[in-house]
Amino acid sequence: MNEEISPTQNRRDFLKTTAVVAGMTVAPGVLLYGVSRAHHADGAVTSDVRWGMLIDTTKCSEGCDKCVSACATEHGLTEDVRPDIAAQWIRKVGVRDKQTGKEYSLPLLCQHCEHPPCVDVCPTGASFKRADGIVLVDKHICIGCRYCMMACPYKARSFIHETLENQKPYSPRGKGTVESCTLCVHRVDNEQQPACVEACNKVGHKAMLFGDLKDPNSDISKKLKEVRSTALRPDLRLNPGVRYQGL
Amino acid sequence: MKNINYCVIEGKSAGFYGGIAVSVFFILLGLFAAYNMEHHGHVITGMNNQIVWGMPHVFAIFLILSASGVLNVASISSVFRKIFYHPLARLSALLAITLLIGGLSVLVLDLGHPDRLVVAMTSYNLKSIFSWNMFLYNGFLLICVIYLWFMMERRMQRYYPTVGLIAFIWRLILTTGTGSIFGFLVAREAYHTAIMAPLFIALSLSLGLAVFLIVLIIDCWEKQCPLGQGILHRPKTLLGVFIGAVFYFVLAYHSSHLYFTGRHGVEYFILAGGGIYTVLFWGGYIFLGTILPLLLLYHERFSKSCASIAAASVLTIVGGFALLYVIIIGGQAYPLEIFPGMEVTSSSFFDKGIHAYTPSGWEILLGISGIAIAALLTVLALRILPFMPCSLADIDIEPQFKD
Repeated sequence: MNEEISPTQNRRDFLKTTAVVAGMTVAPGVLLYGVSRAHHADGAVTSDVRWGMLIDTTKCSEGCDKCVSACATEHGLTEDVRPDIAAQWIRKVGVRDKQTGKEYSLPLLCQHCEHPPCVDVCPTGASFKRADGIVLVDKHICIGCRYCMMACPYKARSFIHETLENQKPYSPRGKGTVESCTLCVHRVDNEQQPACVEACNKVGHKAMLFGDLKDPNSDISKKLKEVRSTALRPDLRLNPGVRYQGL
Repeated sequence: MKNINYCVIEGKSAGFYGGIAVSVFFILLGLFAAYNMEHHGHVITGMNNQIVWGMPHVFAIFLILSASGVLNVASISSVFRKIFYHPLARLSALLAITLLIGGLSVLVLDLGHPDRLVVAMTSYNLKSIFSWNMFLYNGFLLICVIYLWFMMERRMQRYYPTVGLIAFIWRLILTTGTGSIFGFLVAREAYHTAIMAPLFIALSLSLGLAVFLIVLIIDCWEKQCPLGQGILHRPKTLLGVFIGAVFYFVLAYHSSHLYFTGRHGVEYFILAGGGIYTVLFWGGYIFLGTILPLLLLYHERFSKSCASIAAASVLTIVGGFALLYVIIIGGQAYPLEIFPGMEVTSSSFFDKGIHAYTPSGWEILLGISGIAIAALLTVLALRILPFMPCSLADIDIEPQFKD
């Protein structure tokens, strides 16, 4: 009952096996190459770019808070706590001009200043600005002194008053430390838009434009050249990365 | 150097053991409060994302200011060569150390991560005034220890005036640093002013001297050592001058703010419509902490009695504490002006209106424990080493140390 194994079949099997083994060997490398390119926070962040945002208050709808809910979902800001201690990385604020009575609705988040007071005052250097302009908190060396919260002119930071659960692996948070908008750095490093911007575009308002302020050909740079925009508290000369149109 | 006999306290009286027992009790309560704040988080305190610095900070800054101010008695002796104050210089430097340790303990135990103290001591951002203060506070402790050593060691006494001068300059820089913690905050209308530094220096002088006089009176009462009217008279006059100096800076602070149209809102809040902050300012600081002690110190009817000097010192502390509460908490309670020229109509993050704050028992316990730490360290030090003259009776002091 000896089965004859033809040389052709044998060669075909050999080639198949070789291809599978080669594929299994090379594939992770190819995938890792892709991941390493995506996460250039590991060393490739440069000051050649400066990430920023232009918020068009004329397009921001008063009743809409999709940006806020998208941020909460993205970063797991879903803990059920007292409102006065709840973390808010982005919030909707309604304002009225005292002279004219005109009303505006706008999202307020960390303004990612060029000269951030929170970074200046932080005793340990936990508050820091990346080369690409994103202001972050290193949760490992934040001692929870809250001096940055005293210094921020935009009240953009929150202190975590209680133990947290269900954190997102890409957005570490912790009791006893201060946190604020990261400009969705994990997405930006992966060549995606921040979650709030994506949500605003998804509902069709397109009130938030994100991009590289240093690239003259980026949409945000072109728009900033066209329209009149302003920074919040321009008198402080912090040169925020977030600017507002129509305010 | 003239001879003065210094003694340790006997340490057998009910007052000594009572003082230690009360101090240990409050320290344990404070540690329990700190443990709970660490375990449950700051949710158990009255602090929130609006009022980020609360009662522990008022206590801590009160103690730190008192620490730098209390050294003034020694400085007057060694820097300004008023020999009259020399017998009290050791106690002055000792209190500077113990009060500062008490204040820093409260500050550290209130951190979100007190377990990361080693990070704070090893990882510095040299642009931060907080970082400078870590050098200034630690340096102050070291200088005070050397100062005490030189005062107590005969062989080193020729260097004592030099160390005294260094300590004096260091304490001025230190209090400038403490005041600048607030003065450097560009964002908040109540703080952003350079006058915070001299205001805090003046406040440290009045608080420090008031604390010193109270400790002196208590110590002499406990040791049943004679305390002459002469030894109290000069510091008493000086206390009045310091209270006046604080009032001058408070006046300059508010009048300059009232002149700036943009700051009328925060001024109206503190001086007229701020509820508890307005009451504490006028009732606590102006009436109890300024007018009453000045009356007690300068009115002929009261100024001769030891009780009125003690009462004036206590009132100075009450007033200073009230002023610190108004500055630290009141300054945060007034909302940030993120949109100048506009009013906030809606916000989910309390951008609109005055921020509420009610200190919790945990915060108060933690704060009191700072005072207890300072008290315990002082009592133990007085028991171990001779910091106090055996007698402060006029007959023993005046002939030797007349200026």
